[in-house]
Amino acid sequence: MSGLDQIFVWIGHRAAGWFPASVQPLVSAVLAIAGVMAVFGTCFALTTLAERKVLGRMQNRFGPNRVGPYGLLQPLADAVKMLTKEDIVPFSADKTLHFLAPLVLTVPVWLAFAVLPFGRNMSAINLDAGILFFFAVGSASELAVFMAGWSSQNKYSLVGAMRAIAQMISYEVPLVLSVVPVLMLAGSLELNDIVAAQGTYTFGGLARWNVFTPWGLAGLILFLIAATAESNRSPFDLPEGESEIIAGFLTEYSGFKYALFFLGEYLGLFAVTGLAVTLFLGGWHAPFQWLEWVPSWFWFAAKFGALIFLFIWVRATLPRLRLDQLLNFSWRFLVPLSLINLLVAAAWYWTGAWKFPVVAPIRWLLCAALIALPYHWLGRALRGAMPPPRKYIYAE
Amino acid sequence: MLNEIAFLLCAALTLAGAVAAMMLRNLVHCALCAAGAFAGLAAIYLQLDAEFVGFAQLLIYVGAIAILIVFTVLLTRGAEIQPGAASSASSWWKGVPVGALVLACLIWSIMASPSLVRLPSPNVHAPVKQIGEQLMNQFVMPLETIGLLLTAALLGAVVIGLREPRTSEPNS
Repeated sequence: MSGLDQIFVWIGHRAAGWFPASVQPLVSAVLAIAGVMAVFGTCFALTTLAERKVLGRMQNRFGPNRVGPYGLLQPLADAVKMLTKEDIVPFSADKTLHFLAPLVLTVPVWLAFAVLPFGRNMSAINLDAGILFFFAVGSASELAVFMAGWSSQNKYSLVGAMRAIAQMISYEVPLVLSVVPVLMLAGSLELNDIVAAQGTYTFGGLARWNVFTPWGLAGLILFLIAATAESNRSPFDLPEGESEIIAGFLTEYSGFKYALFFLGEYLGLFAVTGLAVTLFLGGWHAPFQWLEWVPSWFWFAAKFGALIFLFIWVRATLPRLRLDQLLNFSWRFLVPLSLINLLVAAAWYWTGAWKFPVVAPIRWLLCAALIALPYHWLGRALRGAMPPPRKYIYAE
Repeated sequence: MLNEIAFLLCAALTLAGAVAAMMLRNLVHCALCAAGAFAGLAAIYLQLDAEFVGFAQLLIYVGAIAILIVFTVLLTRGAEIQPGAASSASSWWKGVPVGALVLACLIWSIMASPSLVRLPSPNVHAPVKQIGEQLMNQFVMPLETIGLLLTAALLGAVVIGLREPRTSEPNS
């Protein structure tokens, strides 16, 4: 391994080496936490700028370009503005919950980064049930959104919170189900094992990432759709639909608390993007064998950046869905497809033992057909079938 | 020493959450305190090195059951208790023997169980894998039965949710 590949690990070891042996584990843990917080905190600032710039470019305008060269210092100006703004708490609000909600949203999200492998030997902790940990710490966000919406004592806030919770619960199912095939094929819940399982090469040096298999490709697409909805981003941004319900559960928040909500949402997006890279795009492995000399953390960062760009692109492209379309899309389309994807992964596993000439393309096409045909039929079947007009049972 | 402090903190969080969930006057606060108690319990599991159980506790209780309770409270519109209402029902004393009985049962079964004998914990490699193997081999029947039961419950919930209100038709 080249020195550049392990440079962060080496720096961490050297820095921890200055301390007495008894506190060294503590020091290296603190260093790992500080590293993650510094990198992804900066990432948050840069992504807000990049998002506005890219959106502007796609909508044929400039985007922020007043602060600093090319508007590069815009995040700094935003931060100063957010920090110095007056923090308004509504008179009738539930003060304690109103204060706690942004914290409950933001703090657990940081924990999710602990298990992600950012490079060779670069994950903060190696948990045996790493992926379970990832989803477990994310489960507090629904409660936080509810706390924010309910404590504001505002109808828009409550409607936004209810929308957000309905959406998060619905899309959590396909999100987790689309991860299961990866766990089945890797035979482990530990993220480092999953990355290692994608670390070999085939066909003259092409990497064996999960995304190059039929179930992996379908899984990645399902995962990204569900992840967009989980992090309340367009086209699934109904909870904050500003043309409908002002800003949803954020309506009564201002100043630093508002910024904390945004921090939490972007960090959630980063965490889930990092998970997508780890599970489907080979983690920190290079795409070709002859590119192995490039440091592993660079590959993670490159794939991460590409996926973030994809999310911004989708936001610039697609209009917002209606709530019933959103829930139908999840329950009638994504959930059945992700269940079928489990069967495709099983078929991929069993056909792995086949031995005859030109087996690889045949196996690939067979498994791809197993997921593509249900996709086609399900899409056709649902296209004409509009749900009947809703009957309100409790609202009258 | 550090372990004991951590345990005391987790236990205090769990107990405080549970007591607050019973004592507070606002049902939404109660539900959120119950979620806090669930999280404290998960922390105790984690402290006992039961990673899988701890994460499952967080995922299921904080992520699903707390949300379910909150939704129930909101949909039944009972979030606020009227200020004039009595702090407890007049038949509260009936609960005392029941509570004592349950406590006695718990104490008896805990004292009779072998879990009080402290053994050095076996150093298991990949405990999640072992849990999976046990579930798929030794405990496959209970697992399948629970799955069937949950599916039946799910279908029942859907059937209840689908039922059209016949009486409210003329009004609209």
